[in-house]
Amino acid sequence: MSVACKCSGELNSRMDALLEKYRGQPSALIQVLHRAQELYGYLPRKVLQRVAEELDVPLSQVYGVVSFYSFFTIHPKGKHQISVCKGTACYVRGAGQLLDRIKEELGLKPGETTEDGQFSLEVVRCLGACGLGPVITVDEDVHARVRPERLSDILTAYRQ
Amino acid sequence: MSLVTLTIDGQQVQVPPGTTILAAARQAGIRIPTLCYLEELNVIGACRLCLVQVEGARALVAACVTRAAEGMVVHTSTPAVRHARRLNLELIMSNHPRECLTCLRNTSCELQQLAAELGVGEIRFQGEVSPYEVDDSSPAIIRDPRKCVLCRRCVAVCEKVQGVSAIAVQERGFDTVVAPAFLAPLGEVNCVNCGQCSLVCPTAAIHERDETEKVWAALADPQMHVVVQTAPAVRVSIGEMFGLEPGSIVTGKLVAALRRLGFDKVFDTDFTADLTIMEEGSELIHRLQNGGRLPLITSCSPGWIKFIEHFYPSLLPNLSTCKSPQQMFGALAKTYYAQKEGIDPARIFVVSIMPCTAKKYEAGRPEMNSSGYRDVDVVLTTRELGRMLKQAGIDFDSLPEEDYDAPLGISTGAGVIFGATGGVMEAALRTAYELVTGATLVSLDFEEVRGLEGVKEASVNLAGTELKVAVAHGLGNARKVLDAVVNREREYHFIEIMCCPGGCIGGGGQPLPVDNEIRARRIAAIYQADRQMPLRKSHENPAVQALYREFLGEPLGRRSHELLHTHYTPRERF
Ligand code: SF4
Ligand code: SF4
Ligand code: SF4
Ligand code: FES
Ligand code: FES
Repeated sequence: MSVACKCSGELNSRMDALLEKYRGQPSALIQVLHRAQELYGYLPRKVLQRVAEELDVPLSQVYGVVSFYSFFTIHPKGKHQISVCKGTACYVRGAGQLLDRIKEELGLKPGETTEDGQFSLEVVRCLGACGLGPVITVDEDVHARVRPERLSDILTAYRQ
Repeated sequence: MSLVTLTIDGQQVQVPPGTTILAAARQAGIRIPTLCYLEELNVIGACRLCLVQVEGARALVAACVTRAAEGMVVHTSTPAVRHARRLNLELIMSNHPRECLTCLRNTSCELQQLAAELGVGEIRFQGEVSPYEVDDSSPAIIRDPRKCVLCRRCVAVCEKVQGVSAIAVQERGFDTVVAPAFLAPLGEVNCVNCGQCSLVCPTAAIHERDETEKVWAALADPQMHVVVQTAPAVRVSIGEMFGLEPGSIVTGKLVAALRRLGFDKVFDTDFTADLTIMEEGSELIHRLQNGGRLPLITSCSPGWIKFIEHFYPSLLPNLSTCKSPQQMFGALAKTYYAQKEGIDPARIFVVSIMPCTAKKYEAGRPEMNSSGYRDVDVVLTTRELGRMLKQAGIDFDSLPEEDYDAPLGISTGAGVIFGATGGVMEAALRTAYELVTGATLVSLDFEEVRGLEGVKEASVNLAGTELKVAVAHGLGNARKVLDAVVNREREYHFIEIMCCPGGCIGGGGQPLPVDNEIRARRIAAIYQADRQMPLRKSHENPAVQALYREFLGEPLGRRSHELLHTHYTPRERF
């Protein structure tokens, strides 16, 4: 993937072009949402409003689609991406407790980002390291056999 | 077209091709239970309560979505069918809060009725109740997702009938909920408060805001002079709450019932409907003669007003500046009436009985304080009044017929027909014709603008000018007319728009159920009530004439402007 310029000016003009192309075409909704999420990394409220206007789909239905499919998110990605494996092996070894702990410490549910923009959380299925479970990754780093008490230290290391 | 012959429970039934098993069974007088089905609007086969057995089919099929076929043999009440339906209902009920005793829909709830009909004897499954809380952000409509069975009937009506789509199905799995975008509170989105969703919801998951307690409190307060106004549509529908036939005209009993509840004066919104015609008719004539903005569009329906503010703000200058009859009444009750009777307006409490949930919203708009007080204090829907009368132990049907109080209870047939689609137009034409031509109308009945056709057009010769008019009811139909105006496909001088299908008689606060047959019967009653009135033209209303003489001066005069006219606010589409 090329490194896109993240300045909002360029982003917005690309969004304009996208909407121009699909104006008045409700059937293009999912496609447009995908492209918009590629552009922004998530689906900001303003963008959803524009998609609704231009494609002529009620906003309630746009949000219905966004909230139905788990690959769409309305939360910006944090600086650091936490992925908790909830595959069978990790699950039986306590992935659930890890999620609870993260929720306690960061006030974060899967699909969300902390208010300071530091961390986002997602749940994944089997990272292929089942013997080392429960496994979490933070950005590119794999952390194995994570015990809930250790989480705090692990995360603090990423905080700037 | 050759008919399809099938056998249902041993009876031969002939139906046109394409008919569903459900419709064929109904034709044969066989009742199949349904929950998610809503004729023509919501045919999604989701609830599976309408299961039937079709010989040769591997599984039970949903009767609402399965078409009848030649030679089909259907059984609607085998042990397997009954068992499967009951199981599906038990699953729907498993996460339902069973609060029937304290629920607004107790005795009018379809879920409750189905549980009785299908013989659910015990609660075998206990699911987790919905995580969403009651949304009471709207002045008119309350959402209680805990009681939602996800039938989507409300979503279908909001989208397909009203063209609003304020709500849709959000999230998925256990979190599925019917709500606005971003799960925003209903009071903060483009919902127009029409309450059509509350007419089709089988449970108490979407309902009117109940404000009966405020009225009980005012009635019990000896300091307060409590007056009530009744909208035209209420007199042809409230009887249904007490088991009378749809279309029963119960005007006199309604007045008597309100006196029994303790209202100090019982007045009629029909009076200010006549007044609206004087003001709006004059506005029409003024715009026609002075090159004003046309078409003029009526402004009595508050759901329609919020709709145009959100979706067609560019047409706001076309709206009549007249307040609705309800708000004109409130403004006059606390000025003209207060002065005439020598009552301090601070002590006057105005209650409206309306077929409409959006009227609750309207009464709370910041513009509606032109008497110096909140002009209308509380709006009750027909359903709420029905509940109050029951609580008071009033035996409605055995009440005598009584008359409205003067002067704000004096009206003409033109005021009554405001309750049906086309009525405002017809009332305006009766008056405009006579005021402009100086001649007397031979026939008062403008049949072209009556009836349940979604969009009606007519042309009337007004002293040499052809006045082109259109009438639309239901906001989906309003869209058609407005788009034609915006795209310059049609030219009209005057348009009547009513938010609800059928007009106010089909309003979101009316007794349940409402379907087209019931709408038609209420409409017939409205026109019958019109024919029974000694006076049928607004400008002949003696109390309105006196009001102008004693207080207002001229239509569109300075006082009228202050008290009877208003302005509008453009709003975001979403
Ligand atoms: S919605 Fe119906 S079933 Fe549910 S609590 Fe109310 S009356 Fe009972
Ligand atoms: S009140 Fe009318 S606009 Fe609002 S959600 Fe219900 S049907 Fe839609
Ligand atoms: S709110 Fe009522 S009509 Fe809407 S889906 Fe729920 S139960 Fe059905
Ligand atoms: S289950 Fe977690 S890595 Fe396989
Ligand atoms: S009524 Fe047929 S599936 Fe719901």
